[in-house]
Amino acid sequence: MSDQVLSTPAVPRAQTVNIRGATLRAIIIIWRRDLIRYWRDRMRVIGSLAQPILFLFVFGSGLSSALRGSTGGLGGAGSSLQYVQFIFPGIIGMSVLFTSIFGAMSIVWDREFGFLKEVLVAPIHRSAVAIGKTLGGASQAMIQGLVILVLAPLVGVKLTVVGVVELIPAIFLFAFALSALGVAVAARMRTMQGFQVVMNFLMMPMFFLAGALFPLTGNLPAWLLVLTRLDPASYGIDCLRRIVLTMSGVPSQVVHGFEVTLFGWTVSLWVELAVLVAFGLLMMGLGVYGFRQRD
Amino acid sequence: MPQPVISVRDLVKTYGKVEAVRGIDLDVGPGEIFGFLGPNGAGKSTTISILCTLIRPTSGVAEVAGFDVSRDPSAVRARIGLVFQDPSLDGQLTGRENLEFHAYLYGLPAATRKQRIDDALAIVDLADRAGSTVLTYSGGMRRRLEIARGILHYPQILFLDEPTLGLDPQTRNNIWEYLHTVRTREHITIFMTTHYMDEAEFCDRIAIIDQGKIVALGTPAELKTKVGGDVVTIITPDMHVAADQLRSVMDLESTQVDGTLRVEVSDSASFVPRLFSELTVPISSVSARRPSLDDVFLKLTGREIREQANTSLDTMRRMGRMWGGGGRR
Repeated sequence: MSDQVLSTPAVPRAQTVNIRGATLRAIIIIWRRDLIRYWRDRMRVIGSLAQPILFLFVFGSGLSSALRGSTGGLGGAGSSLQYVQFIFPGIIGMSVLFTSIFGAMSIVWDREFGFLKEVLVAPIHRSAVAIGKTLGGASQAMIQGLVILVLAPLVGVKLTVVGVVELIPAIFLFAFALSALGVAVAARMRTMQGFQVVMNFLMMPMFFLAGALFPLTGNLPAWLLVLTRLDPASYGIDCLRRIVLTMSGVPSQVVHGFEVTLFGWTVSLWVELAVLVAFGLLMMGLGVYGFRQRD
Repeated sequence: MPQPVISVRDLVKTYGKVEAVRGIDLDVGPGEIFGFLGPNGAGKSTTISILCTLIRPTSGVAEVAGFDVSRDPSAVRARIGLVFQDPSLDGQLTGRENLEFHAYLYGLPAATRKQRIDDALAIVDLADRAGSTVLTYSGGMRRRLEIARGILHYPQILFLDEPTLGLDPQTRNNIWEYLHTVRTREHITIFMTTHYMDEAEFCDRIAIIDQGKIVALGTPAELKTKVGGDVVTIITPDMHVAADQLRSVMDLESTQVDGTLRVEVSDSASFVPRLFSELTVPISSVSARRPSLDDVFLKLTGREIREQANTSLDTMRRMGRMWGGGGRR
């Protein structure tokens, strides 16, 4: 056993509890922990490129050539926009969607393996868990989304500095909304068993309804049109698509043709971002509430 | 006793119709190592969870570090350290990062944070492994790191729920040495549960709990005096006749445990020769020893603690710990 002299004997004991300050610090450290874990798991970053690559190059290229055979380019006559380019922002969105929700689900993992207890018994407000985890999941998802940009040259999407700078906050807000949703669900889940259900009944429908793979324009059947408008991810992916296609030099009337409409009105970029923020805050509120129920 | 740091009066916890804790009273003084002993399901974990504010009592009062656990749980939480029964470290973080996480959660001042983490790591001899991820730690090292984490924020009391469960005997003794070091260096009170009777010897005072009630409370030596002298274990092919003869001829009550007869005598040296001359049944083996806390438990409850000691959950926990706390963490 060691017998070096310890510099501090037990002196500064039983400080007054400043819950608010402690909660803020707790949010930061919970956030930071998620990023450390993400960083340490570099294989995951590389592995997470596999699915987007499949979608872009196998699914995208396959469908691209099928569409070219029948109607020519996507987005009306004379447009040179290819299907792969159309789905490129959708695939960024897919990456953000899956990473956000998986990231938030790590709460259930932490609960199962005991680490969550360490956080829940600390003299902090429970909201720190919901907020910290939402920010942690959102940051991971944002990085994952931005990583997809390295594939842009391969599908003929041009990147500009301004475009990428615009994309960063848009991706973050999108990731924030989805992470908050994931946390709100995970706060109420006790075991990993519910995970498959969340996968099949939340993530996949959200992905398919979000317009990642097809335009959400008026040609859709009415029931499908309604469902796509209820999916918050539709607004996120539409944001990304506007920014990415504009940056790539696609004519504005073509971009305009894909934009989400509500009751005949084209929803502006700002409204879409506002929808994401509002949805995110609502879900974070539900997450905070979920953790306040005593375990 | 000076002003107690833990004070419990008539504590009750019921789950529906099940009474897990049925009226417990106890006081723990500052600087004590207090052991809470009993078989699984006796109410140990429920009691410690109430004291740590993890669950609310049904009735009764519990004060920890001067605050009521029901009315002021946050104040209690800031003043206690916890080592849980199941591991609660983040395996993908390093030892130091786990402590940093804790330091932030408990608001350790930035100026002394690093120094305090270094000190805590030094106490449990993990300074040289602090930069490795916890996944690479052995079960004993993880426990030590959890102890370092439990004392990091200068708590007045360190609670440990079955801290040595699933560890091999050598590692268990080792953990105890560290706990004694912690007590001396940090001037801390230690409250822990265990179902290993031999471990209770490391405590200053122990309470034996069975079926939700405290059946004995005192120093290990005091409790052992409850068993009258030495314990003699007899193996004979004819237990019933032997038991009858012990009662009628020698006026001794015996108990049957695991195919042996057990009697308590004041002086085993003079008892053994008498045993052979007085009993008519053949005796295949006799052994005598000083009483252990197992004997105390047997005497007080009529059951052996080890009978219930290993549930399937314990086996699972042990396996989990062996395989590094459950998969990829």
